[in-house]
Amino acid sequence: MPRFSHALLLLAALAVGACTNPDRFGPGSGAGGPGSGITGAGLGDVNDPRSPAYFQNRVGDRVFFTVDSSTLNDTARQTLVAQARWLNDNPDYRVIIEGHADERGTREYNIALGARRANAVVEFLNAQGVSNARMRSVSYGKERPVEACPEQRCWDVNRRAVTVVSLGVGS
Amino acid sequence: MRISRRQAMLMPAALAAAAAVPAIVRAQSGPLRIEITEGVIEPLPFALPAFVAENAGGQQYAGELGRVIAANLVNTGLFREIPDSAHIGRITSFDASVAYADWRAINAQALITGAVSASGGRMTVKFRLFDVFSGQQMGDGLQFAGGTESWRRMAHKVSDAVYSRITGEGGYFDSRVVFVAETGPRDNRRKQLAIMDQDGANVQYLTDGNALVFAPRFSPGGERILFTSYDTGFPRIYLMDLASLRRQALADQPGTMTFAPRFAPDGRTVIYSLSRGGTTDLYSLEIGSSRIVQLTNAPSIATAPSYAPDGSRIVFESDRSGTQQLYVMPASGGNAQRISAGSGRYGTPVWSPRGDLIAFTKSHQGRFHIGVMRTDGSQERLLTASFLDEGPTWAPNGRVIMFTRESAGGDPALHSVDISGRNLRRVPTPTAASDPAWSPLLG
Repeated sequence: MPRFSHALLLLAALAVGACTNPDRFGPGSGAGGPGSGITGAGLGDVNDPRSPAYFQNRVGDRVFFTVDSSTLNDTARQTLVAQARWLNDNPDYRVIIEGHADERGTREYNIALGARRANAVVEFLNAQGVSNARMRSVSYGKERPVEACPEQRCWDVNRRAVTVVSLGVGS
Repeated sequence: MRISRRQAMLMPAALAAAAAVPAIVRAQSGPLRIEITEGVIEPLPFALPAFVAENAGGQQYAGELGRVIAANLVNTGLFREIPDSAHIGRITSFDASVAYADWRAINAQALITGAVSASGGRMTVKFRLFDVFSGQQMGDGLQFAGGTESWRRMAHKVSDAVYSRITGEGGYFDSRVVFVAETGPRDNRRKQLAIMDQDGANVQYLTDGNALVFAPRFSPGGERILFTSYDTGFPRIYLMDLASLRRQALADQPGTMTFAPRFAPDGRTVIYSLSRGGTTDLYSLEIGSSRIVQLTNAPSIATAPSYAPDGSRIVFESDRSGTQQLYVMPASGGNAQRISAGSGRYGTPVWSPRGDLIAFTKSHQGRFHIGVMRTDGSQERLLTASFLDEGPTWAPNGRVIMFTRESAGGDPALHSVDISGRNLRRVPTPTAASDPAWSPLLG
């Protein structure tokens, strides 16, 4: 065996291609998205019983859930009965039901769990006389918490379904 | 030519997974050897003197190539670099005889030499690997040629060759990672798809932040990705060509939400979750024909599907038993067998590219773990533990897993860990980051 083995230098000549993606978007570009429910503008006077502001603040636009559950408790049912009454009194409004989860789960499962929560609200409202044609549900999973703290009190309010009303828009 | 001396770096069986991966015991062509799955307790020392610049154009790359290669090797946790300042020998010509005594004296067990020339936007990189203590070259020299803009890829290819010769495993350095870059406050987070080299270099953004996106996945060839976006206001799955950034919506069924897409190994079929009426089932879609097949039909959640590498079976998570657990079923649907058996919740299963293991997220008693198990659910091993670890993705060689880690109240970041549970590392990204997906080797 030779002390120094100088093997053939293989001319592999791998054609190494360049990455040709144009870097079209910088970091942090874009406006973010919706998903935190109604956010203030254009909601009308909170004292006007026909305004979205009234629906949001006086009727109550959201219900809460326990961990991994989509069961509506008594408080949630009372809120949804009031929501249905308002929606039946204000037939020009369409609604999107947003289902949300806390951050203590995996991303895909939380999307599915949020869908299940939103659907529980849709079914309840429908049973209270709100037409399915006026309602659409969407799940945000854990993507849009309302409270950011890594504690139980925040997770409790993040496990929610929010009824977002709007005039004529939506699906 | 076979020499009996081997790296004595075997660790006792506690972390061994050798039984699950018989392929690693195949014969080696050289004496230097690291058994990855045995768990390395002491990294192998190597010397990597600056590459020889064989013309003026090569000078600007000679040092940088070596730095990228050394970083790749050191970051595996299997290798330790002996710094230049300790070197006695000097490599001034690529073809000169190696003075092994100079490298033995500093206890370098492997020596990597190389040379580079560049002109007119083209470059050539060549290297040799030497087993210092046996005084032999390991394998043939190799040469790579390409455009100077892809010099890092050439460094990654050299790294893959060195890693492969010493470990007997396929490499993974010439690969990319697509992930979700996160900016902005937690309650209104901007999420953009981004892609980078596996070592964090060359970050490019693939979407703006106007719509929420999550969980991108590579095609088997690495040239396309699937992902979920809220472009329409509702979660929906999309296919994007990485060269043109053109995208198309898949599987549009009004009144439904679609998410968690992943390619079949044939690259023509996509499996995904569809939520309708509070129930989430798995569907498959042929991209060419748009033919859709419903694969599960249960009043529960079925999501996060992943194909076996041979395309015959699918692993997924479902809460049909009451909590999130892992199931395996035929690719055509049908009878699903639960494979997760421990206490806690199991999600996001991903089949290893070698077919031998399934990586998963587990949550138990308020902690989250990345773990691996055999495909029948046996031999579960947890590799990590933290406030929130989730979403494993496999390196192309099935030896390293990347995942998302989020500390309590902190931003998410990408991390990687060996399947032995060793070498936990943060992967550098310019912003907070989540949902990594590792590409196949670029080839």
